[in-house]
Amino acid sequence: MENILEIKNITREFPGVKALNDVSFNIRRGEIHALVGENGAGKSTLMKILSGVQDPSKGKIYLNGKEVVFKSPKDAQEVGISIIHQEFSLIPYLNGFENIFLGRELRKKNGLLDKKRMKTEAEKVMERLNANIDLSKPITLLSVANQQFIEIAKAIAIDTKVLIFDEPTASLTGKEIDKLFELIEMLKKSGVTIIYISHHLEEILAMCDRFTCLRDGEWVGTRSVEGCTKQDIVKMMVGREITNTYPDRTSWEKKKEEILLDVKKLTNSVVKDVSFSLKKGEILGIAGLVGAGRTETVRALIGADTTDEKEVYINGKRATIKSPTEALTHGIGLIPESRKTQGLILGMTVKNNITLPILNKISSKAGFLSRKKEESLVNKSIKDLLIKTPTMWQKVKHLSGGNQQKVVLAKWLNTECNILIFDEPTRGIDIGAKEEIYKLMRVLAEQGLSIIMISSELPEILGMSDRVLVMHKGKVISQLDVKETTSEEVMYYATGGVGK
Amino acid sequence: MSNLNTETTLTTKNKTMAKIKDLFENQEVLILVAFLLLCVIMTIINDQFFTASNLTNVARQISINAILAVGMTFVILTGGIDLSVGSVMAFTGTIMAGMMLLVGIPPVYAVLIGIALGTVIGYINGMLVAYAKIPAIIVTLAMMEASRGLALLYTGGYPLSGLPQSFTFIGRGYAFGIIPMPVLIMIIVYILAYIILNHLPIGRYIYAIGGNEEAARLSGVKVKRYKILAYLISGVTAAIAGMILTSRLASGQPMAGVGFELDAIAAVVLGGTAIAGGRGHIFGTLLGAMLIGVLSNGLNLMGVSPYVQLVLKGVIIIGAIYYSSWRQKD
Repeated sequence: MENILEIKNITREFPGVKALNDVSFNIRRGEIHALVGENGAGKSTLMKILSGVQDPSKGKIYLNGKEVVFKSPKDAQEVGISIIHQEFSLIPYLNGFENIFLGRELRKKNGLLDKKRMKTEAEKVMERLNANIDLSKPITLLSVANQQFIEIAKAIAIDTKVLIFDEPTASLTGKEIDKLFELIEMLKKSGVTIIYISHHLEEILAMCDRFTCLRDGEWVGTRSVEGCTKQDIVKMMVGREITNTYPDRTSWEKKKEEILLDVKKLTNSVVKDVSFSLKKGEILGIAGLVGAGRTETVRALIGADTTDEKEVYINGKRATIKSPTEALTHGIGLIPESRKTQGLILGMTVKNNITLPILNKISSKAGFLSRKKEESLVNKSIKDLLIKTPTMWQKVKHLSGGNQQKVVLAKWLNTECNILIFDEPTRGIDIGAKEEIYKLMRVLAEQGLSIIMISSELPEILGMSDRVLVMHKGKVISQLDVKETTSEEVMYYATGGVGK
Repeated sequence: MSNLNTETTLTTKNKTMAKIKDLFENQEVLILVAFLLLCVIMTIINDQFFTASNLTNVARQISINAILAVGMTFVILTGGIDLSVGSVMAFTGTIMAGMMLLVGIPPVYAVLIGIALGTVIGYINGMLVAYAKIPAIIVTLAMMEASRGLALLYTGGYPLSGLPQSFTFIGRGYAFGIIPMPVLIMIIVYILAYIILNHLPIGRYIYAIGGNEEAARLSGVKVKRYKILAYLISGVTAAIAGMILTSRLASGQPMAGVGFELDAIAAVVLGGTAIAGGRGHIFGTLLGAMLIGVLSNGLNLMGVSPYVQLVLKGVIIIGAIYYSSWRQKD
């Protein structure tokens, strides 16, 4: 079979990170080609490049043997490559056919919109898709599955040759998923080539022809699905050796007994009946795929999101935590997943970010901020954590990712919390800063700090934690002792496997 | 030893450099230069401008807008807006006048009641923004209408005139024989605002909320409380401005202060406070108010029509904001 799409030596660099490194593989005409890999493996970046959202730093893309260069998603669509994102790009208050024709509206001779013709044309597309959806209803009134159909119709209406699906089943119910698969099969029969990104390996095994695996931004392999098992794919996804970036365990393998935090029946719209405990001086890893409810769990714990039910015990005593402020008074701090949108106030200085939660501690009795206390404390943090900044008056937005993360760390260390929650502590930072953060976490745990660490990187989970909580679809599906588990086992549970 | 010295001088030098750099990143410097330039030009083309009596007059004229702009600065720093200040000013002013004339309360208590009323109105604004999560522009627009209505209802639409001399002294008198009372009050309000914003935790929280509300909340900042406080302060400064205006006019005017909220917003944004919040300085606001004041005074002296003045004001606001957003693009 001939290739429709050739991806040659694609490299994409971001400041401090190589998201893709020399990736090459081919997509055959008319196949369903899956793209697999852990979170952060580079799948999304690659798809952004294929759909014209980002340019590659290096490398080329050939469509039907001819090189193509995209400056915008529109360029990619014009040659026939479209993407169905997890978050649909529909305008909620416009109706179906208005969305399908968005940006290329049909007009009458007098220049006014030709709604009649757009509607009939759109209905023809829906007929092709074998879907029966009211196209004159505003998008918001449609179900998620129907919205996805509209999104697909939008791509088909512009004669798409290669259609990329990014986690299309993430928010669909079982029946809707079956219907989507039927549609994808039909599209394949009509000659559309499909690139299918999913964490759900069963889906891939059931539907796809071939798959390509990425790991840490590098190409691992492209294989036929035939003859592959779920275990084979998982192995390819996680198959790296665990490197020595993690600090030595020996000094820290003492038995930890004393239970500091007990969380019971944590329930809200995303997480269901989550219970776990955290021991003093322990690092508890929470593993799972994107959307498993890990972040939602810790946000619910500290009162950043509402809960329907929650029981929290600290040192055996019941504690009510209704807001992050109350969590702070109970000695619990969250270092959030996204530094830039949740961890830092980018336009503020290093100094002001670090001291934000402890302004009361550095104020005089009369309530005035003590510049002396503040500056000496910040100076100490900058020295202790080796934060690279010209001065403490530098705005944090000018620092590198790793140093920004250290500023967030410094902020929380100064609060003297005894429970710190790290949500993806090393996302998007370079390897050097990563190691420093690992070392610091280990030292803190040895000093008696209890840590909850959410991470999508399995080596990080296995290299840092004492115990691992694996979550899937809002529930804790398994609790594993890190000494007795493997990355395959964690991945197995994270993808929803129950029992063995 | 010498090594240590170089290190210390280096950090001091770095500190100074950072401060200087910061200074030029801020719009206050630009506005200060514009202000001084404007003063020089006015002095050259009109010999009446740089006279003691005219400058005192200008200072008195800007004081009301400058005081309104203090509360507005707090609110805008949190990322909000307060459209109600002009009406609140009229409402609290008529209440003060009414207390003295209709109820017969001594001026001191009348003023305190008026300021308490401003505080309550600001608190209501803040509660609706922070807890009911209604957009600030809607809440304060509604409050603008309601306060104006209440002022008109209370007075029946007529001014309440004949206020005692002990009260009109606030707007017309001089402290120490030379400083107009409104100017003195303005200076005190600015000093207090400066202390709150720069030397108390409250100020830091207000900047933090405007800079990144979610990050502030996750850092344990009581976001709702300090948002409410910002609107409350705006209510207080509106009432203080209402007191000065009522006393200058020697009557409680229900239709006073129409459109004053917009002048206050203009002073704040001209002074370099980001309309999205999180960045700005209280003295920038003062400079903004002074620039607007001096400009209209100068143009008056030159005999430029008030209609033309409005057009010029619009052009200057757009020019200043465009310049600052263009400069921040890098």
